Order: sequence, then C-alpha cells, then structure tokens
Amino acid sequence: MTATLAKGPPADDSPTPPERINPPWWRRALDGYLYGNQFVVTLLSFLCALVFGAFLIALADQPTRSALGYFFQAPSDTFSRAWTAISAGYSALFRGSIFNTDSLYSNGGVPLFDPLSNTLVNAAPLILGGLAVAVAFRAGLFNIGVQGQLIMGAICAGYVGFKWHLPAGIHLIVALLAGILGGAIWGGIVGLLKAKTGAHEVITTIMLNYVAFYFLGYLLTLKGFQAPNSTEATTSPIDSTARLPNLFQHVHSGLIIAVVAAVGCWWLLSRSTLGFSIKAIGQNPFAARTAGMKVERGYITVMIIAGALAGLVGCSQVLGTRQVLTQDVDAGFGFDAITVALLGRGSPIGTVLAGLLFGAFRAGGVTMGAQTTTPPDVVSVMEPVMVLFIAAPALIRGIFRLRASQGGGGGAAALAKGWNG
Amino acid sequence: MKLELRAITKRFGSLTANDAVDLVVEPGEIHALLGENGAGKSTLMNVLYGLYQPDEGQILIDDKPTTFAGPGDAMAAGIGMVHQHFMLIPVFTVTENVMLGHEQINPLGFLARRRARRGVAEISRRYGLDVPPDALVGDLPVGVQQRVEILKALSRDAELLVLDEPTAVLTPQETQELITVMRALRDGGTSIVFISHKLHEVREIADRITVIRRGKVVGSPEPSASSGDLAALMVGRPVQLVVDKTPASPAETVLEVRELSIISPQGVVLVDSVSFDVHAGEIYAIAGVQGNGQTEVTEALVGLVIPTSGEIVIEGRRVTTLTTDEVLELGVGYVPEDRLHDGLVGSFSVAENLVLDMYDKPPFASRGSLNLDEIDRNADLRVQEFDVRTPSAQASAGTLSGGNQQKVVLARELSRPLKLLIVAQPTRGLDVGSMEFVHRRIVEERDKGTAVVLVSTELDEVLGLADRIAVMYRGKIAGEVPPGTPAEQIGLLMAGSSAQDAAADAPTSDTGTGNPETGEAV
Repeated sequence: MTATLAKGPPADDSPTPPERINPPWWRRALDGYLYGNQFVVTLLSFLCALVFGAFLIALADQPTRSALGYFFQAPSDTFSRAWTAISAGYSALFRGSIFNTDSLYSNGGVPLFDPLSNTLVNAAPLILGGLAVAVAFRAGLFNIGVQGQLIMGAICAGYVGFKWHLPAGIHLIVALLAGILGGAIWGGIVGLLKAKTGAHEVITTIMLNYVAFYFLGYLLTLKGFQAPNSTEATTSPIDSTARLPNLFQHVHSGLIIAVVAAVGCWWLLSRSTLGFSIKAIGQNPFAARTAGMKVERGYITVMIIAGALAGLVGCSQVLGTRQVLTQDVDAGFGFDAITVALLGRGSPIGTVLAGLLFGAFRAGGVTMGAQTTTPPDVVSVMEPVMVLFIAAPALIRGIFRLRASQGGGGGAAALAKGWNG
Repeated sequence: MKLELRAITKRFGSLTANDAVDLVVEPGEIHALLGENGAGKSTLMNVLYGLYQPDEGQILIDDKPTTFAGPGDAMAAGIGMVHQHFMLIPVFTVTENVMLGHEQINPLGFLARRRARRGVAEISRRYGLDVPPDALVGDLPVGVQQRVEILKALSRDAELLVLDEPTAVLTPQETQELITVMRALRDGGTSIVFISHKLHEVREIADRITVIRRGKVVGSPEPSASSGDLAALMVGRPVQLVVDKTPASPAETVLEVRELSIISPQGVVLVDSVSFDVHAGEIYAIAGVQGNGQTEVTEALVGLVIPTSGEIVIEGRRVTTLTTDEVLELGVGYVPEDRLHDGLVGSFSVAENLVLDMYDKPPFASRGSLNLDEIDRNADLRVQEFDVRTPSAQASAGTLSGGNQQKVVLARELSRPLKLLIVAQPTRGLDVGSMEFVHRRIVEERDKGTAVVLVSTELDEVLGLADRIAVMYRGKIAGEVPPGTPAEQIGLLMAGSSAQDAAADAPTSDTGTGNPETGEAV
C-alpha cells in the first residue's frame, strides 16, 4: 500500500506523462541524513567504531585501569589518563598510516610518505580481494573462498616466478596469467558445483580454503618447490624478471592492478551486458531465467571472475610484497576481503574506499603496537565492529535518531539475501 | 458492533491517502469497500487497525470515540483483520497457529493444547468454518489457510472482521466457499468490512457498498447497481468491461503442441499428453482451476521446463529442447503468471526491467556493452505508450502497484516483433482500469496477426477474450469449446466433467446466468 502511495495520485482522464522528481542538492543531502542513506550510515558506523575502539584503548591501558580503581574519589584521573591513552593510540594510528608528523622536524626520520605507502601496499590486495567478494555478491553468491583462491593463484604465479626463467616483461605477464588462472579455476569449481549440483557456495568455498591451504603446505615440502639447501617451508625467491615493478617507496605495481581491476569491475557491473545478467540473477534468479538468461552459466562465470580477482591478490603478494612463496602468503587478506566488500557494500567504488581504509588500519596498527602500549589487536576489532554496525543499520538509526529509510535497510537485506542465495 | 469512521484524513507527505473519509458499518452487515489499487482502501483499514494514526478524524465504536495506538488496541476492541498475505506459521498446526500469541498454560506449565483445540473446534462448528485442527498449515490449500486466519480473528472475540482482498488468492470454488462463510458470520452478528475491486463479488455479497477513489468517498451505490455503474464510479469514467473485438481471422498455424507430457521428479503426472494448435491471429484460451497443469504447459512452451515427452513446434520448427532465450529469439513473448516472482526483478529500475530479455541485443547493447541512452529512451517511450504510472523510469519496479508492474511486463514483451504471445493470468490482482487496458492490448496484438495463448483461471476473462477455449483438468485437456459456450458448461469442465456430460448437464443447470458482461458466472 505504501509502495503504491509513493507514486502519487493516479490521474483519471488524460494519461499524464510521468513526472520527474528532482529535488535540489541540499534537499537530497538533508534527506540523505534524515533517512540515513548508505553513505551516511557507513560514515556513522565508522564514527561508532572509533568510539568503540577508544573504549577498548582506554580499558587496555594500565594507568587508566588503575585510576578506575579509585574512580569515585577522583574521576578526573580516569578521564585524563584515558584521554592520554586514546589520543596517543589514535595519533600513532594516524602517523603509521597517513602522514608522519615527526618526519617534518627530524632529519633522518621516517620519510614523509612512508606511512602512506604502507597503507597503499596493504590496500592493493584488500581491494582486489574485496572485489572478488563483491562481484560474486552481486550474483547472490557469498564468496568466502578468497583465501583458497588467492593461495592457488599464489602457487601458480609463484611457481612460474621462480621456476620458469623467461625474458623480462614476458615473465611477469606469464606469471600474472598463471596466478589469474589458478584463482579462476579454484573459483570456477565452486561455480560449477553450484550450477550442476546446487551445492551451497558458502560450504564449498570454506572447504576449498582448507584444501588450498594444506595443498600449499604439502607443496612446500616437495623438492621442486622448497628452496634448495633450506630447512624452512619456503620457495626460492621470485626471479627479478617476474617481480611487480616498484612505483615509489616500496609501493609495487600491484596497486595499479587493483585500480585497473576496480575500474574493470565498475564497467562490468554497471555498463556491461554480462554485469546486467549477473545482477539480475543475483536479485531474482527466477525472473532472470524467465527472461532467457542462463542462471547456471552465470554462477560459473561470476565465480571464475571472482576467482581470477582473488588470484591477483595472490600475484600481488607473491610477485610484489613477499617475492617468495611461503605458507602464510595469504596474510589474512582472504578473510579481510569479506569485511572490505561488506563495508564497500558490494560496489567497486565502495570497495576501493573500504580497501584504503582497512589498508590504513593495517599499516597504522603496526605503528600503534610499536610506539604505544595499546595492543594493535584493537584495530583488528574495530574493523568487524564497523561492519556489524553497517549490517544492522537499525542500530545506527537508533543511535543517531535517523528516520527509517524509504528503501529499507539495503545492507542488511543484501546480507540476508547473500546467505539465502 | 457498530463502527463509525468520521472524517478520517491521512496524509503521507504531499499525498493525501484518505481525505475526510466517512464510513459507518452497522452490526451484522457486510460492508464492501470498493476502489482501485491505490485508492486508499488499505490505508483506511490500517488506520482502523491502529497501524497508522489518522491526521484528522475520529474512530467511534458503538458511538464511543476511541483511539488505537496499535493493532493490540484494535484487537482488544473487537476488530479482527485478515490480511491479503497470511500471517501464519506453515510448520505449526491449525490449533497452534490459532493459539499463537494467546497461549494458555495448564497447571503443570505446559501449553493448554487440548483446550485450544476444543476452542478451535467450537468456533469452527459455530460458523461452519471447516478446518482440520491438527493439520499443518503449510499442507493446507490457500482457501483453508484463509479460513484459519478468519478463525484466528474470531477466537480473539472479533466482532468486526476486515477482509483485505480475500478473494485475490482464491479459486472460483474457494471464493464461493468464502462467501458462504461470510454469510454465516454475518447472520451470527459479526460485521464484515470486505475490501475488493472485483465487482461481481461485491454485488453478490455486500449489504452496503462504499466506493473510494483517490482517497475520497465518491458514492454509496446500492448492491443492485450494475457492474458498469460500479466500475464507472470506481474508476471515474465509463469503463468497458467487455473488450470490443471482431471475430478472429485465423491464418496459418504458428504453434503445434503434440502429446505433451510432463512428469515431475517426484513422479507426479503434471501434464498428460496435451495436444493443440494455435493459429496466427487468434486467441487460444486455456481455462481451468489453478494447479491443473496450465502453468507447466506455458513453462514448457518457453523452454523453462523440458517436457518428459511430446513435441512443441513453432512455425514448423521443433523447439521442444531449445533454451528459453532461443525460444524468445524466435519471436515468442511471455507474460508469466507471477509477475513479481518471474516477470520482474523488483530491485531493478523500470527502465532495466523493460529490457530484461533484450538487454544483450542491439540497439540496447553492442559488443558486450550496454547502451544506457538507448535503454533510457526505450523506457521513456514505453512508459508513455503503456501509461505506466511511475515517479520515473529509474524507480525500482518493485515499488509500483500491481497494475503498473503488469504494464511493464506487457510493454516489454509487446515491444518485440512477436509471432506468438503467451500470457498467463494477465489480470490477476489488477483493478478494473488496468484490466481493461491489458485486455485491449492483448486483442490488439491478436489483430496484428500474432498467435496468442491465454491461460486464465478467471472465466470472465476467458469468455471475453478467447476465440477458442480449452479447459484443463488434472493435466489433461478436458474439452475444447467455441467462444460463446455457456459459462456453466465450462465450469463443469473445469470441475472435471467430460465434455459430453458438461454439454448434457448445462441446459438443466439453473445456477448462474453465464453472462460474461456482468461476470456472474460460476
């Protein structure tokens, strides 16, 4: 009923052309706040996560805790010590991820853009992995398997990188293609199982994660893989011809791959016929089938694309950041990718922004752990807390007294849909 | 209970959904609230049920002003609501559903199931509401589920029942049963507000009628008023209830179906060696009660279901094993019976839905890339041509009313050059104005020389549109009859009589007049 009311009073006599409602920008901005559109909710979730993190920092701080012991005698002690801890923690987070103010005043200090490049190095695989989740998500598939897909990509790219000795240029391209292929096959298996047997992708991706992880462990004990004369589970370093070239500082060109992939995904999802069918299948597979789309083939295609993107995470790790293949090549990016995609709400642009933010958290968390007494785990907790707030938009609306959005809780609905898919 | 709504006004932003609406329901009367989709009927009832607070006006119960803060208050005051979409838990039994929310406990702290079961049996006997108290609700047919809803309301001592479009989901037989129940309730002293836009039902059962248009009461005609008058009042202009059409001039055979059989994976025979031909320029209607294999036949025609045996031939080409997109490519248009489930992607914009089965073909796409300008231009064109009432072509299709959603599906299918059009339940849930429009477009398509297959459970629709009528019963075509066949004869076929029996029985039958114009058949 309310839905039909939104279209305005129906005209009786003459069929009126549909009127276009185009409110001025300030009205839209205000509505955006009042009705809590996605961007506002995301921003407020970030704010809530910061506040939550501040509590954790204060509670983890020894002086604050001891001041809490006599809170009612001198409450200001608690507050001032908590404030010291929180500001130290967050400023370390900022120095470690964006800009180190110390470098302005001291010679031989940390280079000016070192923190930012740490952020970018972390952001590239997060963005690629986030895209791998986001693209599948648009087809209604919950891809939990980035970890396995990136490991398979890393194995293939790494093997080409240290084993095949090809001329410069060609070597890198072949290694990248191998990485893409490895991930694509691992993702494609999931799509194939879903299409042919209806196996739920959440289950198959999780299982394939284990398979990939222990497969890598096994490979690293094999002669051809394990570095000669090494007792560690590691391969020989990647040939210099297969390494991702450096851009500046220690930022390697994995970042360029991530940006290109993001633009590619944007085109795929909003401009391509394939993306159109992927979205239709994700939103209503029955209508998609009725309109002549091949739903099963769509599942396979989208999982191949997602796997290929995850394979690029493996490439970025093994050919760029690590330059060697080890058991911990995934560095937890496989699961952070899910958080990134959720924060980015399944859109490529959102995923890039979320990837940058989480990259900053990763980089800053290291500095925070090194320079303050705050454990860096606080940052790891803030990330999921932010997503929790987003997944429960009603919570944010309640806290900030926003009116219910007309469109409904997009994030929550999308999440629920993903699981039912 | 006497209910009076006095000058109820409810606004949503700039839209006035109810504008000073007055409504009086006397004790023990069936009061029909008639109006098109979006006229404000449901808003008014939600105000009555405490879901909305009125901006102005008063609710009086037995002449005492009352306010309802929520449905709980309304229920306590003796108002029961049966929603169009049932609020039942399918894995619970009838008794459990009825006691839900009002569970009573026996001295040992267990649920007092037996007492509740007795209560159910008692009410069900008193009003002739036939329900099995121990059956799981999910196993029951829709008509019986609805009775459970009514029973639920009655068990809370409702003295006034609001039935929101109760017949929209029912078969003709179930509708008849509901009408019997409603009469029994009325005779027992319960007041009923019956929301509908089906004219013949309203005329058949209502004691009084209030017509609402655009949020205002526009009249209180007598139940004896003609369908045409009621429709005109409801829509605000004279409405043609019967489509103007010339006799068909069938040309060459477009569709041949030979011995088509479909057996479900569970081994149930859904379609049992069905054969028919459809010619260019004719409407071939398949009538029948829902669930007799019509859905499966249409799905097989467009390649959504692979038949177990038999053949489908379109223009001499065997298409039995083609995929859906290949069938559509041949010039087949398909309007599925459940538009929101199969016809539209609710979260997609109107513009996107208008190209849902053409998005990858020129001019909407070239080399894998969408042509957004062309998609938008197409949308503007179709929205205007089919008079789709939507705030913009970018609005998501799920927010439109049923009639406008159906127009989007029709606009999409008819915007391609067609040889064969398959329409299933094209006007289910639509109001009179939209119905007229949809019927006209179907006849126009026929006149262009397209072969049309119409599947409908609405006998009026079949009689009004068809050039040839087949009746399906239990997966078989029970008989094929020419247009103008008396409605009761078709009704008998739908109920399973053989063609000869139906022809023999019909003249002696004295129920109904079989006049498609007033729609009082069956």
